[in-house]
Amino acid sequence: MRQLRINLNKCDAGRKTCHHECEASCAEKVFKLSDPAMAALHIREMADGSGQAVLCDQCGDCIVVCPAEALKRNKLGVVMIDKKLCVGCYMCIGFCDKEIFERNPAWLEPYKCTSCGICVKACPHAALEIVEVPEPPTRII
Amino acid sequence: MHQVVFDPTKVMDIDFTKRTEYLEGLDAIKAAHKVLKEIPFTPSRPDKGYNNRTLYVNVGTLEVQEKPVTQQMKDVFIGGRGFGLWHLWNAVKPTTRWDDPENEIIISPGPVAGITQYAGTGKSLVVSLSPQTDIPIDSNVGGYFGPLLKFSGFDALELQGKSDRDIILFIDGQKGLIRIEEAPLDPIDSHVLAEVLTHMYAENEADRVNISVVCTGAAAEHSLIGMLNFSWYDHRRGCIRLKQAGRGGIGTVFRNKRIRALVCRGPQVKGDLNHVADFETIAKTGVKYHKEIRENDPHQCMMRRNGTAHIVEIMDAYDLLPTHNFQYGSHPDVPKISSSYWQQRCTQKTVDGCWYGCSMACAKGADGVMLKTGPYKGHMVTVDGPEYENAAGLGSNCGVFDPDYLLELNFYCDTYGICTITYGTLTAFVMECYQRGILNQERTGGLEMIWGNAEADLEMMHQMARGEGFGIIAGQGVKKMKAIFIKNGWGDPQLINDIGMENKGLEYSQYMCKESLAQQGGYALTNKGPQHDEAWLIFMDMVNKQIPTFEDKAEALYYFPLFRTWFGLNGFCKLPWNDVVPSDNSKQPEAHKIPEHVQNYVDLFTATTGIKIDKDELIMQSARVYNFQRIFNIRMGKGLRKDDHAPFRALGPVTTEEYLSRQERYDKQIVDEMGLDPATMSLEEKMAAHRTWRQGRYEKLTDAVYQRRGWTPNGVPTLARLKELGLDAFPEVVEVVKQHL
Ligand code: SF4
Ligand code: SF4
Ligand code: SF4
Ligand code: SF4
Repeated sequence: MRQLRINLNKCDAGRKTCHHECEASCAEKVFKLSDPAMAALHIREMADGSGQAVLCDQCGDCIVVCPAEALKRNKLGVVMIDKKLCVGCYMCIGFCDKEIFERNPAWLEPYKCTSCGICVKACPHAALEIVEVPEPPTRII
Repeated sequence: MHQVVFDPTKVMDIDFTKRTEYLEGLDAIKAAHKVLKEIPFTPSRPDKGYNNRTLYVNVGTLEVQEKPVTQQMKDVFIGGRGFGLWHLWNAVKPTTRWDDPENEIIISPGPVAGITQYAGTGKSLVVSLSPQTDIPIDSNVGGYFGPLLKFSGFDALELQGKSDRDIILFIDGQKGLIRIEEAPLDPIDSHVLAEVLTHMYAENEADRVNISVVCTGAAAEHSLIGMLNFSWYDHRRGCIRLKQAGRGGIGTVFRNKRIRALVCRGPQVKGDLNHVADFETIAKTGVKYHKEIRENDPHQCMMRRNGTAHIVEIMDAYDLLPTHNFQYGSHPDVPKISSSYWQQRCTQKTVDGCWYGCSMACAKGADGVMLKTGPYKGHMVTVDGPEYENAAGLGSNCGVFDPDYLLELNFYCDTYGICTITYGTLTAFVMECYQRGILNQERTGGLEMIWGNAEADLEMMHQMARGEGFGIIAGQGVKKMKAIFIKNGWGDPQLINDIGMENKGLEYSQYMCKESLAQQGGYALTNKGPQHDEAWLIFMDMVNKQIPTFEDKAEALYYFPLFRTWFGLNGFCKLPWNDVVPSDNSKQPEAHKIPEHVQNYVDLFTATTGIKIDKDELIMQSARVYNFQRIFNIRMGKGLRKDDHAPFRALGPVTTEEYLSRQERYDKQIVDEMGLDPATMSLEEKMAAHRTWRQGRYEKLTDAVYQRRGWTPNGVPTLARLKELGLDAFPEVVEVVKQHL
């Protein structure tokens, strides 16, 4: 399955040499929004200057809890939301332990990362990559 | 306390998509349906939780009518149980009994019901005059019917009249059609009927989730303890699931009206169909709660793994698990039916909420159950549960500790349409009567009703479904059985009355309350009879020890029945309130009320309706309906102090065996509480002293609770209390009270 990864040694979470192009490009190109806070990944600078990335690893926990079967893996193994089936319960948000299934107050359905790779291309430091990893077994949540 | 650890590797490997199918005769069944009436309606969506209309159907005259919801109805009765009681009040006279045509069954979900963002928000409240108690009964039930009814356009469904043939009422909220169909060939038992009807009325596979069926089963026709199943389609399992409006015999009323089933086809559910006033607050509150479940449930109650069965072992450890008809509180075989077993037996790799968005997901299911007896012998079925009440009622209370038999008993109760709690308690009574010689094989028609004889137990249930033999007598419930046994001269009337666990005609639910004064009141000082929906205080009293003093207990018996009534006004489930708690809950003032969750409910109500309330107004909303229900009881000839008495088994040791099993505790109470010296007393004297002390204590509690509730010593709400609640605006309500002041 396709998974987004980050090398925090390369990433400039503190914005000295980049503008978090990853977040901006995700918000813009994937969700057509100008607010980078609406991206499906977040890069934060911690108090000690180190970086922290909040990424979806396509673990599939959210699939397990969705009562409407609105979440499924696509052919590439990526967890995708089917908005037609979604009933807007937000259990996926509450049960994502990476806290990266999110909602935009303007939309009824929540959103998540699709491992599309747009942010990978946008990053000036090549800190992000899309890798192919085996699908983890389904967990009991 | 011993915390069961969940080990995923121990979960039984059972294919949860496999079971016996019942669709073969579908075409013939459908072809036999004859339309008796079909009328169009304009589907609507709620605005701030209300459609502002209800649907009235008379199944006898086939009259169908839309009724407006007035502002006064919303202000005073809110919805759900409140609407049900109000409709029922207007439908019946003091002389009306359960089987009169004017008796109604009202189903109403309440304004908040149907939101998908918070746990436990899909409940329907069902109200009717009970065949067991002759007063209103209300039952809180999951499944999709209530929300789908509301999203079709109705805040309540009122069913009145009696049909002379079996009918199905179909409400199509997609097309805007109400149809009454004669249904001559339809199967009767719920697991078959709900499956057949779901497939019959869904237009395609994807539409099945939009269908909910309400139905009962064969035993509801031959007993007074019938219940109603509310279905939803479990897409992952590929089968229908059932939740029960169990208590008080509403299924019996349903069949007496010759309603075979109600079917609602709602629109496809989305997160905003309830059209709430402030979606953002609801979304945020919901996400916060889902996170709390994710973080805390695995090391608190494990509701997602065990459902309510998690308290079997806790009740046993605290000597509160009803055993052998509430004589004892624990048993060495309990590990066989405790949650450590059920979490292995129930399917874990699926979603078990009885409405969308329930992250507590307690509606566990045991799949791949092969039935050993009865008409479905050899069938492979999915059993909903077992919930705590079933494990305790059908299990320990009857001495049945074989989990396979427990599942089978649970299954047949559900599909036959009888209440598992009631059936458990009445069977425990039958078994004790058998053990004590009040019954014998001749009197039971050959059933050897000794403790733990699950086969005889199942046969009695099959008899009830067939309308045969001793099953008919048992199906009358404990109260009527007591009268029959006494009239036949089969035993000492006092003993029979002491051990028959009913009050107001309703059987006790499954907590052994002898040692918990608060729960004694929680059971018998109730509106509808002894159940745990109204005041489940035993845990607070005996496990968490949060209400130690007499005053604390009286206050709890004021506050909690009101607080819990509120769930039923709005379409909430009670479990998400206190079966998980915030991590810092114990540090909060009044921790036993779970203050953060109370605030969640206040916020959810305000955000849905746009009506600003606080936690005090929440209680006032309930108090209006609660007192109205009390007055309704009085109007029907009950609801006074005489009706709030408890059988002595609920208050203390009836038999010498019970006394001796807890001799140390009881002797100590003789010293500490009564100031007597047990060493100088015979066993009989000690038991007599306990009876006097315990009954006196219960009466004292009754006095204190009535006073706190604003009632007279006879249990009648005072005019001052009515004024405070605004119920003085209803002259007919005031009139009932005046006759008793
Ligand atoms: S991933 Fe790249 S673009 Fe994003 S913050 Fe790090 S360095 Fe900047
Ligand atoms: S959104 Fe969260 S739960 Fe879902 S796949 Fe991504 S990380 Fe896992
Ligand atoms: S919000 Fe939608 S996608 Fe998420 S769990 Fe609920 S139904 Fe599934
Ligand atoms: S992979 Fe695509 S969806 Fe995921 S964070 Fe990057 S840009 Fe957004």
